[in-house]
Amino acid sequence: MEAAVFILSLVDCCALIFLSVYFIITLSDLECDYINARACCSKLNKWVIPEMIGQALATVLMLVSMHWFVFLLNLPVASWNVYRYVKVPLGNMGVYDPTEIHNRGQLKSHMKEAMIKLGFHLLCFFIYLYSMILALIND
Amino acid sequence: MSGGGYAAQNGAGGSYTNGPSQNPVGVYSSNQGLMAPPLTGFMNSLTTKGPPPPGPNPYITGRHQPSPVAPPPSSWSGVAPPPSSYSQHPQPGVTPPPVAPPPSSYSQHPQPGVMPPPVAPPPSSYSQHPQPGVTPPPVAPPPSSYSQHPQPGVMPPPVAPPPSSYSQHPQPGVTPPPVAPPPSSYSQHPQPGVMPPPVAPPPSSWSGITQAPVAPPPSSWSGVTPTPVAPPPRSWSGVTSTPVAPPPVGNHTGPGPYSTGTRLPPVFQNTMQPPAALQQGLYQAQPGQMIRPPAYHSPSAPALYTQVQPSGSAAQLSPSLAAMSLQSQTPEALRVVNLLQERNILPSGAVTPPTPCLPQDLQKINCCPEVFRCTLTSIPQTQALLNKAKLPLGLLLHPFKDLSQLPVVTSSNIVRCRSCRTYINPFVTFVDARRWKCNLCHRVNDVPEEFMYNPVSRSYGAPHKRPEVQNATIEFIAPSEYMLRPPQPAVYLFVLDVSHNAVETGYLDVVCQSLLENLDSLPGDSRTKIGFITFDSTIHFYNLQEGLSQPQMLIVSDIDDVFLPSPDSLLVNLSECKELVQDLLTGLPQMFSSTMETQSGLGPALQAGFKLLSPTGGRISVFQTQLPTVGIGALKPREEPGQKAHAKEVQHLNPATDFYKKLALDCSGHHVAVDLFLLSAQYCDLSSLGCISRYSAGSVYYYPSYHRQRSPAQTERFQRDLKRYLTRKIGFEAVMRIRCTKGLSIHTFHGNFFVRSTDLLSLANVNPDAGFAVQMSIEENLLDLQAVSFQAALLYTSSKGERRIRVHTLCLPVVNSLSDIFAGADVQAITALLASMAVDRSVTASLGDARDALINAAIDSLSSYRSSVLSVQQPGLLAPACLRLLPLYILALLKHRAFRTSASTRLDERVFSMFQLKSQPLPFLMLTVHPGLYRADDLSDEGALNVSERTIPQPRALQLSVEKLSRDAAFLMDCGTVLYLWIGRNCNPVFLTQVLGVESYAAVPLNMDQLPELDTAESSRIRALIDWLRERRPFHPVLHVIRDESPLKAEFLQYLIEDLSESALSYYEFLLHLQQQICK
Repeated sequence: MEAAVFILSLVDCCALIFLSVYFIITLSDLECDYINARACCSKLNKWVIPEMIGQALATVLMLVSMHWFVFLLNLPVASWNVYRYVKVPLGNMGVYDPTEIHNRGQLKSHMKEAMIKLGFHLLCFFIYLYSMILALIND
Repeated sequence: MSGGGYAAQNGAGGSYTNGPSQNPVGVYSSNQGLMAPPLTGFMNSLTTKGPPPPGPNPYITGRHQPSPVAPPPSSWSGVAPPPSSYSQHPQPGVTPPPVAPPPSSYSQHPQPGVMPPPVAPPPSSYSQHPQPGVTPPPVAPPPSSYSQHPQPGVMPPPVAPPPSSYSQHPQPGVTPPPVAPPPSSYSQHPQPGVMPPPVAPPPSSWSGITQAPVAPPPSSWSGVTPTPVAPPPRSWSGVTSTPVAPPPVGNHTGPGPYSTGTRLPPVFQNTMQPPAALQQGLYQAQPGQMIRPPAYHSPSAPALYTQVQPSGSAAQLSPSLAAMSLQSQTPEALRVVNLLQERNILPSGAVTPPTPCLPQDLQKINCCPEVFRCTLTSIPQTQALLNKAKLPLGLLLHPFKDLSQLPVVTSSNIVRCRSCRTYINPFVTFVDARRWKCNLCHRVNDVPEEFMYNPVSRSYGAPHKRPEVQNATIEFIAPSEYMLRPPQPAVYLFVLDVSHNAVETGYLDVVCQSLLENLDSLPGDSRTKIGFITFDSTIHFYNLQEGLSQPQMLIVSDIDDVFLPSPDSLLVNLSECKELVQDLLTGLPQMFSSTMETQSGLGPALQAGFKLLSPTGGRISVFQTQLPTVGIGALKPREEPGQKAHAKEVQHLNPATDFYKKLALDCSGHHVAVDLFLLSAQYCDLSSLGCISRYSAGSVYYYPSYHRQRSPAQTERFQRDLKRYLTRKIGFEAVMRIRCTKGLSIHTFHGNFFVRSTDLLSLANVNPDAGFAVQMSIEENLLDLQAVSFQAALLYTSSKGERRIRVHTLCLPVVNSLSDIFAGADVQAITALLASMAVDRSVTASLGDARDALINAAIDSLSSYRSSVLSVQQPGLLAPACLRLLPLYILALLKHRAFRTSASTRLDERVFSMFQLKSQPLPFLMLTVHPGLYRADDLSDEGALNVSERTIPQPRALQLSVEKLSRDAAFLMDCGTVLYLWIGRNCNPVFLTQVLGVESYAAVPLNMDQLPELDTAESSRIRALIDWLRERRPFHPVLHVIRDESPLKAEFLQYLIEDLSESALSYYEFLLHLQQQICK
């Protein structure tokens, strides 16, 4: 059981890592002017909800399996994702708005955010991996 | 050395940019050429390039417009001569002494540019020169040719014969000219160009300034100059004269210069160089100091000049530059003003932008502040310094402004930097004759062969004399590489609201009438297309196909899925179908006169318009009179009437839906711009509707409570605005890129457009009344730079179907001290940028935040000034003279319709004001922020302005305070879009009768909207003033004559921003508040 939870988390975590990398690549494409703001934002906005779900899934899994430390680790990130989504002003076209992304250093802060998430997911990845192996051995 | 000289010739660019290090490059090439037989590098470049471009042809600058640049335009057209000479070059070139020809050409360059006057007819003069020149340097022909190069700009190193003159040089140069200096090409060039009598004016661009400190040397120089120097110059002149003539070999050989009789062989110059370098420094310094003997003046003078300069004292001098500049400005801009004590801080005339501390010759060609303005005319070296100054750094642009003079260049090959794609501009540096250094990314680029030919002076080899390098604002006719598709025709679509509400206002008559009158003056050519859509709860298309006897109306009632009933015949060629269009316009107002439909489906109508225009691009003009209620894009009223607008409570500044934004982006992607005319008495949710224009680069016009009968003044304004709107210039499918020197980057954009990538604005249409602003940040320190440049390049399709590029370049000095930064602050630009930032803040955060941010901006910058710049702490609220208006302007912004907190401000008006703050050019914006108040009953011709035979009185601007109003006078207030003439109760009866045509104060009508045309001096003066004020802006301000009983009086009083109002401080209280905060 324990092992199954961590295997699932591991898979989820991998997906989130890929997503973070995808965000970083797309944002840096925009930075280098390889794609235009509109294309970039519509690409990224598509993945905002999947990311939210993936993160929520990991959080919930940890909650139900009662791994409090990892749960608390995941909680802030999950809430940040939800907060960000809810706070989008009515007139904006999503979390990533093509008319705003070049203003007020938004591009940079999005980039920073994606980097931090990538780091976080990598950390989680190793935690899950370790826990999974531990669980398998204990079994 | 040689390198330096060479550079000198070429270098139009700022030497300052070149560090000493640069020299090397230049040197090499030149050396090679000189020393050995035609060396590879050099030769190759010449020969390989092949026959020179057919000189003049490529560049037909002159033709389009009276280019300021082209004094000798005539020569232009008469291309013939130059080419011939040119062709010759190649021939000789082929043989061993290939180089020869080119050099000659080089020498020519300087001349043409340098001195128009001195040189006689080219040919004749030419021959003469050679003669004298020839004698001295016996060198073999080929080599000679080489040597020539040197002469002009370069300097062949070796040659021995250091004539007496030579020795002299050293003297002046007394100082050991250590480094051969970089080709301070910069300074050199300017000189030639700048001043015929080379020395006198302070041609000394950068280097000149810097050198100044060196004073001693200069003097020595001067002594020296007369004799020795003169000769060389001559050679120059000789060269110059030659311009066109095919340079016979002889020329080359003959170091023209010597003609003067001095013995100095060309060589001499070379040898000298080291010293020369020093001298150069001196030299530059001299300009100011010494007056040259006439002989010197001769054309030759310039030549010398150039040579010397290369020595590039520039490098050494540069550091001192900042200090120097500071000194010059300190007195006025940094004069300490105690705002609490000085009440009269308004200047007597207009507030003028500060002049950047650049060398005069650079500043002279710098971009005009009306087009391109920076909040800080001295750029801080580091972001830390900028943060310390607490002033915003940003640019304000008015790139498509109607200009009276604009050089236009036609070229098949537009010279741009290979790495950053910057257009060549007056602030680049010419490293040597063949290469220029980009002032934005510092890459060294080749000068293309065609660019060596100067179409203006019809000479070859002086790339720095070309119009591109002489004008900071220039327009290119773009070749086909700049087109992704054939240039689009002008396409206009009018989308008209014809619901009951709209018909009621009577706007249709006005629009149709104006269109009928201006149908022929719509910008465009024979391909111009036009179309009409009207809408209420259904959409009506008009088939105007040629051959129909009358316009055919097609009604689409399925507004959920809009389709085009007959796609081909809805947009028609204006010239072919003009009669049908006229029929339609005549009949349209009556067609809907009895409509009872009250719904408005704006969203679907816009979608239909977009579908119609998306294949071509163009302009949609939407006239809307109410909140859209049906179909996609329908909105709900969000304004709570009577809501007390407390600072924290103003809501709904954000759009309610993203439909309009998305549609605008679609439009922008297809080069369709949407201009919105909102004529409405009720709330229309402009914050949502406005997005359609904002992101598609359109413009927004708002006429609150428009009614044709009830508000004649509004109608007049609408008519005038419409006329301007229909007939003004327009650019289609435009993009604007704003580049800046490496190290700076754009942080935020303000204006109507879509930002496509980090520095690229997509403008579906561009119009001459649109202003833009960008905030900058300093990402990398600018430590080793003397100056930075900004370039805005606007690529657009003119209404005639020509692809054009308008390029503006602004150059500003970099400084490293806070006091310099403050000295260069441009208070109006700062205010405008702060206003744009505050608009953003009120949308993303809240109005209260934005107001706090504005106040903090004033507090922070003044306290930074107080703590970091002022050495002596005095009591009071101290500000540098250049920022003395900042608190006043900030207060004016706080009381501006966009940011004020009084309950009377309606949401739409507030949002409209915010749009205006972000999209209006600076001068108009400042009028709405801080109106002008003038006393109107004692206008006199004293100090009046004369414009085309009219005398326009220039009254002094008064402070906006009731205390300035007097009961026995009349006052004119200019608020941008509205003018008030306030009549005091005891106003001079003469004024009443002679200007207003009434007998007494009581007889002044309560709603008087224009002045009678009376034949009196007073009347004509005040009308001249009002007309003049109106002419200078692209919209039509209405005039209201008001007296105490007028309903508009309250509005008038609201503009008196220095007084206490229901919800805001008076100016004095505001100052006290600032002082309190600063001293905390």
